[in-house]
Amino acid sequence: MGSDKPLVDIQNLTFRRGDRVIYQDMSMQFARGKVTAIMGPSGIGKTTLLRLIGGQLKPDEGRILFEGEDIPRLSRSKLYRARQKMSMLFQSGALFSEMSVYDNVAFPIREHTKLPEEIIRLMVLMKLEAVGLRGARDLMPSELSGGMARRAALARSIALDPELVMYDEPFAGQDPISMGVIVRLIRSLNDALGLTSIVVSHDVDEVMSIADYVYVVADKRVIGHGTPEQLRQHESPLVQQFLRGEADGPVPFHFRAANYGDELMELTR
Amino acid sequence: MLNKIQQIGANTLAIFSGLGRATMMLFGALFGRPRPIKAWPLYIKQLYVVGVQSLLIIVVSGLFIGMVLALQGYTVLAKFGAEQMLGPLVALSLLRELGPVVTALLFAGRAGSALTAEIGLMKATEQLSSMEMMAVDPLRRVVAPRFWAGVISMPLLALIFNAVGILGGHLVGVDWLGVDGGGYWSAMQANVDFQQDVLNGVIKSFVFAFIVTLIALHKGYDAIPTSEGISAATTQTVVTSSLAVLGFDFVLTAVMFGG
Amino acid sequence: MTTRKLELLVGFFVTLAIAALLLLALKVANAGVGGSDQTYHLQAKFSNIGGLKVRSPVKVGGVVVGRVASIKLDPENFQPVVMLEINSSYNNFPETSTLSILTSGLLGEQYIGLQPGFVDESVSILKDGDTIEDTKSAIVLEELIGQFLFNRGN
Repeated sequence: MGSDKPLVDIQNLTFRRGDRVIYQDMSMQFARGKVTAIMGPSGIGKTTLLRLIGGQLKPDEGRILFEGEDIPRLSRSKLYRARQKMSMLFQSGALFSEMSVYDNVAFPIREHTKLPEEIIRLMVLMKLEAVGLRGARDLMPSELSGGMARRAALARSIALDPELVMYDEPFAGQDPISMGVIVRLIRSLNDALGLTSIVVSHDVDEVMSIADYVYVVADKRVIGHGTPEQLRQHESPLVQQFLRGEADGPVPFHFRAANYGDELMELTR
Repeated sequence: MLNKIQQIGANTLAIFSGLGRATMMLFGALFGRPRPIKAWPLYIKQLYVVGVQSLLIIVVSGLFIGMVLALQGYTVLAKFGAEQMLGPLVALSLLRELGPVVTALLFAGRAGSALTAEIGLMKATEQLSSMEMMAVDPLRRVVAPRFWAGVISMPLLALIFNAVGILGGHLVGVDWLGVDGGGYWSAMQANVDFQQDVLNGVIKSFVFAFIVTLIALHKGYDAIPTSEGISAATTQTVVTSSLAVLGFDFVLTAVMFGG
Repeated sequence: MTTRKLELLVGFFVTLAIAALLLLALKVANAGVGGSDQTYHLQAKFSNIGGLKVRSPVKVGGVVVGRVASIKLDPENFQPVVMLEINSSYNNFPETSTLSILTSGLLGEQYIGLQPGFVDESVSILKDGDTIEDTKSAIVLEELIGQFLFNRGN
């Protein structure tokens, strides 16, 4: 971890959805200028965590500090100001379907600044060049492939040079080539723009290749954290099962069920 | 039995909470953070989508309804030798009832369902969420322009509907069935009152516009973000807003013309 | 589609709606005639106003000169008091004029007929706020039929 304070600091977070506990007393730190990954089996609410950081959901207990400010307790206008410093890449890209790629990238700039159109044009083309889509600026989102849509959304999310970019499953459903492109983009954008990145994913190999620090979340809490090297040496069998992708282990292959033998016996009766 | 009562209770609560959410959405859309002037193109765009694109169906239905009114009215009035009352019959039916109501029903089917589907889809594809994360309030950016476009468009459409309907009545009554043209207009002028009939019709139309647009936007904004959820929300928009329009029409008619 | 084109189409739409409103106002409802003109008020008491309504016309020889502005009941002698709004261009009715509530056609709407009276030096002209004393009430069909049957019985 860096010497200065982490950009995002989650302290003793508890979050429930209805009666179901999603997180129980969980703490995490995201260091400035680093790529931090959150990994874990699907269905444990990794996306929920990003929404908590973005202030779209409110935790039941605990604090979520962003640059020292407690996100859940901010007033609406302060929250909106804080959000201008963060951005999120949604799993689907979430491009505005009624606008061209160019207008999509220009959208946050136009909404939050009063810059003249020529400067906006320069900024947009710069961001599109960074993701390699400068030639696709006049296409509509429906004309893009999945990988291109995600890259266009990435260009949009860095349009205002945020401090924090959150990636929600950036590798899910991508072919190997566009996966490689996105892996490279996350790393190079992080280093070139001095961003802080949070990557939520369950693609072990990709995450281990780019992350500076990794949290493995399962069963409502952090079960292991460290640099990718430290994690590979981690003693927890749960972490090892996840990293190696073994079918059975501490996370059982079978969903909770009555004894198989008993159920078979019932049929014969 | 106990289950039934429970069910009724739960449904009632659901209706109230839906109403509450719709009202909160409306307040958020209208009184949230102030919008700069640059929102103007958004309003123009929505006026186009909601108003101009509904124009054709409104003109065509207005024309036919006016023609049918004249045809039906003529056969009845001719029995009493009161053909010259055809003008007032067509004009008053359109201005007081059919104009606002049929426009609202057509609007619910044409523009309302489209609004619900559009917003529901934006929700399902996380566009609203991502807008929120970009520190842009979707209520101000997406819902407010559509709401105002709906509330402004529908009375205008109803006016056009009325005018086209009366001209359609003229077409059938005067040009086809041979009612005296001068009598058609003069009897109308003698019996139609601008405040009582024309303006009350416009007021009705404003109320319906408010109801239909609010229901359409709320159903979209509150839709379950799956394809089934959106299709259910679209159906609900048409059904709920049609029923609401007919119910409110009775109340408004009783207040305006009943006394 | 460009904003410019959208603006044009929306402008066309709004113009169409305004044209429709004008058609409805002028050709259908005939508003504006007497609507914005200057008026003055006259008062009259009737014993029975029948089916007279607010905004019913006031006619002289079939010409509309004004409308009923309000109808109230005098709280002391329980007589209906009708306030008339007469167009200022007709400002020379003598105080001997009479009012009667008439029906247009057999089943038509009721209106107020104004019968101008004679003029000489002792008779002044009606002005704003004056009361017309000589009034004839509405003919109520039921009373008429009742009277007819009663007379036949005799």
